[in-house]
Amino acid sequence: MIKKKISQFLLLLILSFSILSNAKATEECFEDLSRSVFKFNMAFDNMILEPVAKGYNKLPEQIKKGTSNFTSNISTFLSIPNTLLQGNFKQFGHATGSVIVNTSIGILGFFNPAEKIGLKPHKEDVGQTLAKYGIGSGCYFVLPILGPTTVRDSFGLLADTYIDPFAHITLRENELFGVSGNSLDYYSVRGTNAIDFRSDNLISFESLEKNSIDLYSSLKSVYLQNRENKINNSDSSQAEWENLDN
Amino acid sequence: MKKIVIFLLIILFSYSYSAKIYAYSSDPEQFINELVMDAIEKLSNKDLTKDQKADFISEIALENVDINALGLYTLGEIRKSSEKEDVARYQSIFKLYFLKSLTSRLSDYSSSKFEVTGAEKKSSNYTIVNTKVIPGSGEPEIKIDWRVYTKNPDKPLIRDLIVEGLSLARTQKEEFASILSSNDNDINNLIIKLKEFVNN
Repeated sequence: MIKKKISQFLLLLILSFSILSNAKATEECFEDLSRSVFKFNMAFDNMILEPVAKGYNKLPEQIKKGTSNFTSNISTFLSIPNTLLQGNFKQFGHATGSVIVNTSIGILGFFNPAEKIGLKPHKEDVGQTLAKYGIGSGCYFVLPILGPTTVRDSFGLLADTYIDPFAHITLRENELFGVSGNSLDYYSVRGTNAIDFRSDNLISFESLEKNSIDLYSSLKSVYLQNRENKINNSDSSQAEWENLDN
Repeated sequence: MKKIVIFLLIILFSYSYSAKIYAYSSDPEQFINELVMDAIEKLSNKDLTKDQKADFISEIALENVDINALGLYTLGEIRKSSEKEDVARYQSIFKLYFLKSLTSRLSDYSSSKFEVTGAEKKSSNYTIVNTKVIPGSGEPEIKIDWRVYTKNPDKPLIRDLIVEGLSLARTQKEEFASILSSNDNDINNLIIKLKEFVNN
């Protein structure tokens, strides 16, 4: 009985996913709700994230750099299975090599000696891997706290926690090479990563906020362009510019 | 006599000042390099007031950015179906909006190192000039690509800035598209929103 219900649920999930992923990324799933969530996220940012990021920015440069390297090294763990799933063996080498070198010689990733020897891993997640397999982005919506996403990327976000070695030892509390942790470790690192990212973008975000007539749409555009760039590494606007003079 | 000398000096100074602004190379890479170096020099000049810097940015943008084309691009497909007079009204308010937005973005400029790293000719009309900016504050370098319009090879014009892969023109276009779609695709509503921004 339970097995049947699970199968039905999974079937429904896959069906909904395939229907929603046919929509274009520029299409909204439920704009009114997303705009309300966006307002909540902005309030959260104003009250918590931005002040913390400003405080973080006052830390000595070496501490900030070390923290940024540390969270970046942990994020690279996720790139290892994803580059493999994408069949990108060159990037698989870069990601694996970078994690090994930085975790050992770089003292748990606080330093980045891998970059000095030419290892430059791209950040790859399940959303990007699904895109490589030809799955469309689906419509756009905003998640509380986590921010902008699409159907494909939100599914990827969930799947990330199943294939990310770091999530495996923290969120799932499994052991890998004798190392294990708990969910607090996972959320602490993710939270620090968010603060580090926010502190890097304080001026850009403020400028965007100040100069946007509709900040929700500007951020949607920035998010979608960023995802497109990560997936395609190409400039799709050339044709539009060429058509301008016609 | 003294007044005439002062007047002539002012004229001479104004001429050399504007000549320096506008005498950029026609080679896209050189053009971007000279323009940005000039801008960095002026924006770092502590003797210039904020208003003088804003005036300089406006002058340099009016002369070297294809604001009309940028306005049409950001308007999207609606430019083809709108009345010519409405598009003309939009163009004139867009120019003010663009200049206000640009001066606001650059007014708090802090010193950075700038370097042209390459260029790619996309077509006879467009060259993408690749540059990088290294902030003085020790933050990571920023890659900026410049879409330069080269239809008139003697007078290149900037049409877009792509900061770390994010096109500012596309972001603007999608923002305007959202405003239009929630206002019955009426260009007049967009003009009202732009006016509000300019007047605030």
